[in-house]
Amino acid sequence: MSLATTQSTAEIRARNKELIEEVLKVYPEKTAKRRAKHLNVHQAGKSDCGVKSNIKSIPGVMTIRGCAYAGSKGVVWGPIKDMVHISHGPVGCGQYSWGSRRNYYVGTTGIDSFVTLQFTSDFQEKDIVFGGDKKLVKILDEIQELFPLNNGITIQSECPIGLIGDDIEAVSRAKSKEYGGKTIVPVRCEGFRGVSQSLGHHIANDAVRDWIFDKLESDGKPTFEPTPYDVAIIGDYNIGGDAWSSRILLEEMGLRVIAQWSGDGSLAELEATPKAKLNILHCYRSMNYISRHMEEKFGIPWCEYNFFGPSKIAESLRKIAGYFDNKIKESAERVIEKYQPLVNAVIAKYRPRLEGKTVMLYVGGLRPRHVIGAYEDLGMEVIGTGYEFGHNDDYQRTAQHYVKDSTLIYDDVNGYEFEHFVEKLQPDLVGSGIKEKYVFQKMGVPFRQMHSWDYSGPYHGYDGFAIFARDMDMAINSPVWKKTKAPWKEASRAKLLAAE
Amino acid sequence: MAQSAEHVLDHLELFRGPEYQQMLAKKKIFENPRDPAEVERIKEWTKTAEYREKNFAREALAVNPAKACQPLGAVFASVGFEGTLPFVHGSQGCVAYYRSHLSRHFKEPSSCVSSSMTEDAAVFGGLNNMIDGLANSYNMYKPKMIAVSTTCMAEVIGDDLNAFIKTSKEKGSVPADFDVPFAHTPAFVGSHVTGYDNALKGILEHFWDGKAGIAPKLERKQNGAINIIGGFDGYTVGNLREIKRILALMGIQHTILADNSEVFDTPTDGEFRMYDGGTTLEDAANAVHAKATISMQQWCTEKTLPFVAEHGQDVVSFNYPVGLSATDDFIVALSRISGKDIPEQLARERGRLVDAIADSSAHIHGKKFAIYGDPDLCYGLAAFLLELGAEPTHVLSTNGSKAWHEKMQVLLASSPFGQGCQAYPGRDLWHMRSLLFTEPVDFLIGNTYGKYLERDTGTPLIRIGFPVFDRHHHHRSPLWGYQGGLNVLVKILDKIFDEMDKKTNVLGKTDYSFDIIR
Repeated sequence: MSLATTQSTAEIRARNKELIEEVLKVYPEKTAKRRAKHLNVHQAGKSDCGVKSNIKSIPGVMTIRGCAYAGSKGVVWGPIKDMVHISHGPVGCGQYSWGSRRNYYVGTTGIDSFVTLQFTSDFQEKDIVFGGDKKLVKILDEIQELFPLNNGITIQSECPIGLIGDDIEAVSRAKSKEYGGKTIVPVRCEGFRGVSQSLGHHIANDAVRDWIFDKLESDGKPTFEPTPYDVAIIGDYNIGGDAWSSRILLEEMGLRVIAQWSGDGSLAELEATPKAKLNILHCYRSMNYISRHMEEKFGIPWCEYNFFGPSKIAESLRKIAGYFDNKIKESAERVIEKYQPLVNAVIAKYRPRLEGKTVMLYVGGLRPRHVIGAYEDLGMEVIGTGYEFGHNDDYQRTAQHYVKDSTLIYDDVNGYEFEHFVEKLQPDLVGSGIKEKYVFQKMGVPFRQMHSWDYSGPYHGYDGFAIFARDMDMAINSPVWKKTKAPWKEASRAKLLAAE
Repeated sequence: MAQSAEHVLDHLELFRGPEYQQMLAKKKIFENPRDPAEVERIKEWTKTAEYREKNFAREALAVNPAKACQPLGAVFASVGFEGTLPFVHGSQGCVAYYRSHLSRHFKEPSSCVSSSMTEDAAVFGGLNNMIDGLANSYNMYKPKMIAVSTTCMAEVIGDDLNAFIKTSKEKGSVPADFDVPFAHTPAFVGSHVTGYDNALKGILEHFWDGKAGIAPKLERKQNGAINIIGGFDGYTVGNLREIKRILALMGIQHTILADNSEVFDTPTDGEFRMYDGGTTLEDAANAVHAKATISMQQWCTEKTLPFVAEHGQDVVSFNYPVGLSATDDFIVALSRISGKDIPEQLARERGRLVDAIADSSAHIHGKKFAIYGDPDLCYGLAAFLLELGAEPTHVLSTNGSKAWHEKMQVLLASSPFGQGCQAYPGRDLWHMRSLLFTEPVDFLIGNTYGKYLERDTGTPLIRIGFPVFDRHHHHRSPLWGYQGGLNVLVKILDKIFDEMDKKTNVLGKTDYSFDIIR
């Protein structure tokens, strides 16, 4: 494998261009024209990756994308642990997203925490015909009675809600008043809105603004004493504990984390965030909106950071410390120094096994760029990457800070294209989602799920880097990949391709 | 620092250490947490009869329901036909969910496309999405058939699949004679088992009744074959293979309809098979000539089976036959319908299952079980438990109907071991939680989500159902046939013995009963 490593940049560019032309041939003319805009070979020095993004997916192509509901309930709101999140509409959406995102939290589930429960209005035909608002009223009452320690409720709209004209905002206002000002948040994240998960993030952010922040002034929260070192972690969903292995570093450098958005987060933390001195933003895509809002409304600066791999972690710790005094800056250096022996040991152990290995990524949010540094710390090379639901500002960040010249870029890639690219480029590892995992493993290509960390993690922070390195090694160097061909069968396809 | 390169700690251990524990304790002050005494009080209250009563009085809210929506079942049925690409008309996020759900259970790829309808389609209808979508799918994935179903979005706005497909063909999206069966599968009616039923009926209707007006209706010429319908089944791989083995043993000419046992169990050998196995389209059409059709799951074929009967076939249905009597009934029915003798090998297999039950029944006899899952699975497992002398105390099916409830009551009343047992249609796992606290049982049988009940109530979970995400490969072994009955028996026994060992393994305290022979 690793065909790419033996070629010059110019050769790689030519081959990747050819590859794009090749996949476009399968499409009807109109579709080929549309898809061509989403595929490119990155040119060093350009300000973005030269692809169109955040555009409607084409019908029938097997896009990997999800919907606005997935972006709101599945990503932004779902992890807030002390609130009940109702999947409002038919049963499926809540069922398929039940507990699958691994947003870790500490709490007594079913009593004061509700992340891994599936609350749904389970719409029936009569709810579609006569409207679901009365049912919603009853549901809110039943939640209050049976789950009395919930600190708030969100209503996550599924497709039918917006189509049948339900007024969930009016229900929310009335019930909130009835319950003495309880936080009830209606979210208009119907799955048909927008082109992907992305609009769901935005709608969810706006719901925090409108239904939590805008209520704050009169309440006068929070209750704790502010310090000059208060920060909020924004856009970390604590998948496999990511936010925890990040928080520990921030606290070690003398900062105080007053809120986590939204992994292991609580309503009180959301409400306290306007008191932060700095918002630090990991997943830019899903939470830049609320960060910008807090900057405008409360004057809180925000900075992006990247806690994948020691190079980016050190860079980020220094960047964050740059917003504070010398005490914090010195502590940041001490933290970097403290973890250096661990970093050295991890790299000494795993780099020799991974050096020169090639990776193709296709993920959502921040990962198509953010994890590149971690691979490079292990001597690996990312030869293709793309975003499920990125916008142009994601591709700008990718082009300016992450990808190498001639990297293959594929926006909103579909099953056909991705299989074709991987088959031809033969990377040593593919990092993508559950829907892709078994496709590539069947092809004999090692794979790691880069949404759920393949049930491992955390991958953030120094502790997470050790796990990341271990996992990439076990994926690539598993003995099973040498056994995919029966010994009595002919030479492998990889060899045939190499000989071409 | 606990982390090291020599012994890498992941989430299972990393956060247990003092550094993280202190950090998490300090985080609490920002969470505005509830008073721990109050949390404890409410936790205890949720275990009471009073809470159960309030819980069962729920009219609107569902908490942890054990059912999914129609299109999932439609996709599951569709991939059981040769070279068939399921095409779900509506919002695209739904398809991402079905694919993920099936992949997480089977640990296999799951291929399916969406017509990716968005806001403009909500206003103007999804005709253009259908026209473009069919053309793209046809060109890219070279299917032999595209089976269309719908999400709730397309259903709410009232898109007409028949007309849309016709128009798409006129516009040249796919050839006029290309097979595009369809089924309306609204998520707000029934559950995934309903979707299975609708999709299968749609496909049979397509082939038997004139392909939506482009071919003459098939004229039935009865032959001696038997059609088998598996229904929605997490064990489809193992079960359908076992059924085929039994049919081959008996020498019965047959067609398995919606045979997805290959596509959900492809080898890793360097090739990704998007399509594999499946009922051939020719066999699907010729299935009209069969003598009879047997449904292994009545509640998965409530529309399909009457449709088949209308075409003149004998129809027989079972309720997920597991164990001795149910398998006996199935085998006898096969023999009766086909006129074939039951081979000695099946009698021997039966004898082995009887032998195994006799060897082990002392450990199961009188044990109380709670079961939840799809209506047929619940019925089949309850019937097996009764013949093992166990008591299926609570049988709960979120997608169970009133008719299911009645049939369950008859079953429970038929056995001394079913006295005092109750069936609960339309209830969810939060109801089950109350049942397990107020009327405890020894074991719980259900899918992966049962682990939350196991954690909360301490009732040991035996994983049988769909989905099973957190144990691997069980779908490859059958639950049907005498062999399958043996597998179920062993699953149950393993858990019983594990629990016995767990309860007797304290050194110097309880380990006098830590027997090496059980």
